Amino acid sequence: MSDLDGTARDSWQDPDSAIIRQLSEDDDVSRLHERLAAAAQSAGVLDVAYDTVDTPVGTLLLATTEEGLVRVAYPIQGHDAVLAQLASDISPRILHAPEQLREPTRQLDEYFAGRRRQFDLQLDNRLSPGFRRSVLSQLPGIGYGSTVSYGELAAMAGNPKAARAVGTACGANPLPVVVPCHRVVRSDGSAGGYAGGPEAKEALLKLEGAA
Amino acid sequence: MNRRSSNRMEPSHIPTTPSQAPTAAGLEPFEHVVAEHGRTVLRVCRAILGPHEAEDAWSETFLAALRAYPELDPSTNVQAWLVTIAKRKAIDQRRAAARNPVPVNSLPDQPGGAGIPDSPDGQLWKAVGALPRKQREAIAYHYLAGMPYIEVAGLLGNSESAARRAAADGMKNLRSSYQGARDDE
Repeated sequence: MSDLDGTARDSWQDPDSAIIRQLSEDDDVSRLHERLAAAAQSAGVLDVAYDTVDTPVGTLLLATTEEGLVRVAYPIQGHDAVLAQLASDISPRILHAPEQLREPTRQLDEYFAGRRRQFDLQLDNRLSPGFRRSVLSQLPGIGYGSTVSYGELAAMAGNPKAARAVGTACGANPLPVVVPCHRVVRSDGSAGGYAGGPEAKEALLKLEGAA
Repeated sequence: MNRRSSNRMEPSHIPTTPSQAPTAAGLEPFEHVVAEHGRTVLRVCRAILGPHEAEDAWSETFLAALRAYPELDPSTNVQAWLVTIAKRKAIDQRRAAARNPVPVNSLPDQPGGAGIPDSPDGQLWKAVGALPRKQREAIAYHYLAGMPYIEVAGLLGNSESAARRAAADGMKNLRSSYQGARDDE
């Protein structure tokens, strides 16, 4: 009796395994996948759509819900780990669906080409609870090419003594680049840490002419 | 650049993920399910329905699976679950086709015997299509999806030995139709 393992055997000797191999010839399912993503979107069962975009600071993962962009992640954050986290935090109904990320991708391309100074996107802030959200909500107010210190941002968020909590909130920013936590730096002028790595932060500040 | 200054001591960003909650539901992103099982399910659909109708069944299968996915017990054998859905969708499709017959998938007539197949697998697919349903399904579930006969029997509604026999008989039938496809290699 031949079995799946039998496909490794010489097909001339074993017609069964040759038959199985022919019936198993893989079609490319990428076109079917694309169709599935579109059907899932129109049926309202695609809870999280994602895509990746190549940028000067690495390949960014972008994820969106019906409400808006929900996650941007750097390679060093581990795209698979981030998707697994989205599956548990939001929904496991996650598909690679580039069509749903066209606008954020376009705006990011423009930003990295130096042709966009602010993002005009619907955001889904559900991953930032409480104080974190109030901190992050201040960030779009820091203009392109400007920086503030952690302490200043704490004051902007209504709690001048909360510089450390502000640092934590920035580090946990689920929407880096788009929500510009890279514009928050140390009071001595050094860039400070960044979820995408210090080099990425320096690169963004340089792009904006702030470093 | 309009950097404001501050005397306050402050920390750097602390790189963390936004939420450290454990994966409560334990379900991986559905994208991984498609990546891992998409091809197998397509093979099963092709064997049951033929290459042309298989794509619709595949799409229906994964859309239904995506819909139900959040409620799935994480310990479920995902491939067996998908194959079960695919079988149901194939039956639905067959019934719909029987109600509304449209001559879309008729294969072109071919000279039998020593004729050269119209495509490398043409003769073989024709032979698969000519198999009795249980033989065709037994081959799909066991040989193409790699399911053990006890699970194949569950899908066919028969015994393990009957499932084994159906697959063996099916392969025997395909072997006798196989010569043309092999000559083409």
